[in-house]
Amino acid sequence: MKRTPLYEKHVEQNGKLIDFGGWELPVEYSKITEEHEAVRNAAGLFDVSHMGEVTVEGEDAEKFIQYVVTNDISYLNDYQIAYTTMCYPDGGVVDDLLVYRVNKKKYLLVINASNTDKDYEWFKSNVFGDVKIENVSDSYAQLAIQGPNAEKILQKITTTNLNEIEFYNFAENVTLGDLNAIVSRTGYTGEDGFEIYLPSQDGPKLWDLLLSEGKDLGILPAALGARDTLRFETCLPLYGHEIDKDITPLEAGLGFFVKLAKEDFIGKEVLAKQKEEGVKRRVVGFEMVDRGIPRSHYEVSADGKIIGHVTTGSYAPTLNKNLGLALVDVEYAKEGSEFDIIIRNKNVKAKVIKKPFYSKKYKK
Amino acid sequence: MKLLDELKYVESHEWVKVEENKARMGISDYAQEHLGEVVFVELPEVGATVAAGDQIIVLESVKAASDVYAPVSGTVVEINEELLDNPGLINESAYDAWIAVIEMSDASEVDKLLSASDYEKVCE
Repeated sequence: MKRTPLYEKHVEQNGKLIDFGGWELPVEYSKITEEHEAVRNAAGLFDVSHMGEVTVEGEDAEKFIQYVVTNDISYLNDYQIAYTTMCYPDGGVVDDLLVYRVNKKKYLLVINASNTDKDYEWFKSNVFGDVKIENVSDSYAQLAIQGPNAEKILQKITTTNLNEIEFYNFAENVTLGDLNAIVSRTGYTGEDGFEIYLPSQDGPKLWDLLLSEGKDLGILPAALGARDTLRFETCLPLYGHEIDKDITPLEAGLGFFVKLAKEDFIGKEVLAKQKEEGVKRRVVGFEMVDRGIPRSHYEVSADGKIIGHVTTGSYAPTLNKNLGLALVDVEYAKEGSEFDIIIRNKNVKAKVIKKPFYSKKYKK
Repeated sequence: MKLLDELKYVESHEWVKVEENKARMGISDYAQEHLGEVVFVELPEVGATVAAGDQIIVLESVKAASDVYAPVSGTVVEINEELLDNPGLINESAYDAWIAVIEMSDASEVDKLLSASDYEKVCE
């Protein structure tokens, strides 16, 4: 199994280590709900070094990215970030990613860990013009500090005025203690916070520094378990669940990140057609009416037939409810629609509710 | 991990307290620790006939569902409904948080259960 530069820290903190898509990472240090609440109410520190990073440079860098992704990145200014999906020609999702624009000829793409090799191959197989693509994943450690106290804690170790880094913006060459890093106001929890990229070997030092400086402000190390419940309550998609090679971004409810008005991009034809005809199935949020916890892949049934499947389901710690996301036939996608989740061969009643379950607390 | 000498155990991590012809059961402290925070309990029905080794209970943590098995054969005569509203009791004290009581149909099955010290070896 692969290990991140923070591996020793996970062992030190008594992290419960699991195999996460080939990476040996902690699922929890203390308790998932405790780490989850720390992020909602104070701050949590995540090692997300397993995420992949790819640089795209050259005269045609912008043109190339525009062709590969669904969002329109031509609107980005330097040091701005866009969330986007990228699709296969049939509209299925290759991955979702962040596009960091350093300048018109230089970008950093941040992709999912388990998709890194696949994505890198995908980029290379679609490349054209003057574009140099490099997989730099192993050179970076990535830490995420998330929660209402994240800025206060990070500000303690830098002279850069973090208040000036707006949501979905970043800064390069930020000095943190005696380390040099890229700092972006992004995250995957629904809270304000930052994602920090720095040379691999500096990761453990920053980890220790943030935990000690953040102690008074309630910081806790937080692991994959809390990362998943936090993103789930906010209804942020996870590859392999809400989006996948056979689910389109429109079906996933990510139409905002599909800009059909821009010039040609991979998947455009199919997505344009789907938009015009309307999707036949859609990712919805639901709440259990009867007792039970929905889990990924459980079938959804209504009117005596299978109408879809659960993409993510869990006990939601902040809301103290059993909730789920499911990909279902559109006729059952309206708020208030009722259907059954099949839990261990039993039909358990659920109903569609508004997404997100937890309102995002971003600083804009 | 906490073990109680007066209890019997099963390799699948249940504990049993023999009360004449009845077996009160729960999950071991080792099991609750590995499971993580229990947030949901699915109990068997009172009156259900069960065979040793049958899956009769489901415990769900934040991350996953885990099966719990009948340590002995018989009839379920009591269930701990308090766990439905307060599943975290299993984490607080696994040996106080009994889950079900089975009236045994074959008392000799008790002899096949593990002592605390034998169970400890299973957990190593």
